[in-house]
Amino acid sequence: MKSLAELEAIKNKIKNQVEVRRESDSSTRIVVGMATCGIAAGARPVLAALVDEVGKRNLANVNVSQTGCIGMCRLEPIVEVFEPGKERVTYVKMTEEKARKIIAEHIVNGKVVTEFTIGAAE
Amino acid sequence: MLELSLHVLDIVNNSIKAKATEIEIEINEQVLKNTLTISIKDNGCGMDKEFLKTVTDPFKTIRTTRKVGMGLSMFQAAAEATGGKLKISSKKGVGTLVCVTFTYDHIDRQPLGNMAETMQILTSGNDSIDFIYHHIKEDKEFLFDTRQIKEILGDVSLANPEITMWIRGHIEEGLAELDS
Ligand SMILES: Nc1ncnc2c1ncn2[C@@H]1O[C@H](COP(=O)(O)OP(=O)(O)O)[C@@H](O)[C@H]1O
Ligand SMILES: [Mg+2]
Repeated sequence: MKSLAELEAIKNKIKNQVEVRRESDSSTRIVVGMATCGIAAGARPVLAALVDEVGKRNLANVNVSQTGCIGMCRLEPIVEVFEPGKERVTYVKMTEEKARKIIAEHIVNGKVVTEFTIGAAE
Repeated sequence: MLELSLHVLDIVNNSIKAKATEIEIEINEQVLKNTLTISIKDNGCGMDKEFLKTVTDPFKTIRTTRKVGMGLSMFQAAAEATGGKLKISSKKGVGTLVCVTFTYDHIDRQPLGNMAETMQILTSGNDSIDFIYHHIKEDKEFLFDTRQIKEILGDVSLANPEITMWIRGHIEEGLAELDS
């Protein structure tokens, strides 16, 4: 089983990076709606995929978090991206694959994936 | 909802909204006795008697006028479809216990699904809450307790992606051992 000793080693590694991670003002926030409607529509694997990509790519100033009902239940799972100095982007009807694509194209390469946005869905 | 672990995620979110600081999740699979029990206990704000009645009341009119949601009734329906039931006890200012039973081999019993992912998501958003997850299967058990994890982590957040991946992997492996 993944041991507590392994956890301790990960912690020590993170502690050494902490200084770099502290520039929270310039950080990008990714927020996933996790109310009942979101969970029922598949938000859990979407959130897990986002966390997984952020971790694997070591995107130190990207922060993934959860929120309640965004108020458009039929478009769930919904993911919102907040980047400093830019307008909010709302992605709807997300899946795990779409979530991974958003990290690769939007977060890493800076290109909004227009086809997944609320504008394209309406 | 298609998996019991998704219901668990949703019901624990009620506890989080109720400002719980300690949440205990217990899943007990007794295949020979043909029962599956899920209980979620919190020390959140609780509910008073009157409100508690409306929360499990089958007369949905009360529910809609009160604008309360669907989470508990969906979990209840999932249990009742297998001949089981959902029971809630709660005390204002003390906390809430939701206890749900299922008939293990019933054709309509939803699969447990990915509890590791549910725990990963729960623990990653809520550093200030202690989660205790106890999973029993026949005579084996797995225990996960964030108090123990936090002791190791010190001031490193449970929300750190590498930590959440470790938590997920740790639980996946622990649960796999229950089946071996
Ligand atoms: N653990 C809890 N502690 C306190 N209040 C709760 C708890 N669980 C449920 N409730 C109350 O019951 C209501 C109904 O819960 P639920 O069926 O999950 O729908 P929703 O969360 O969408 O309102 C909640 O809004 C809350 O007021
Ligand atoms: Mg709820």
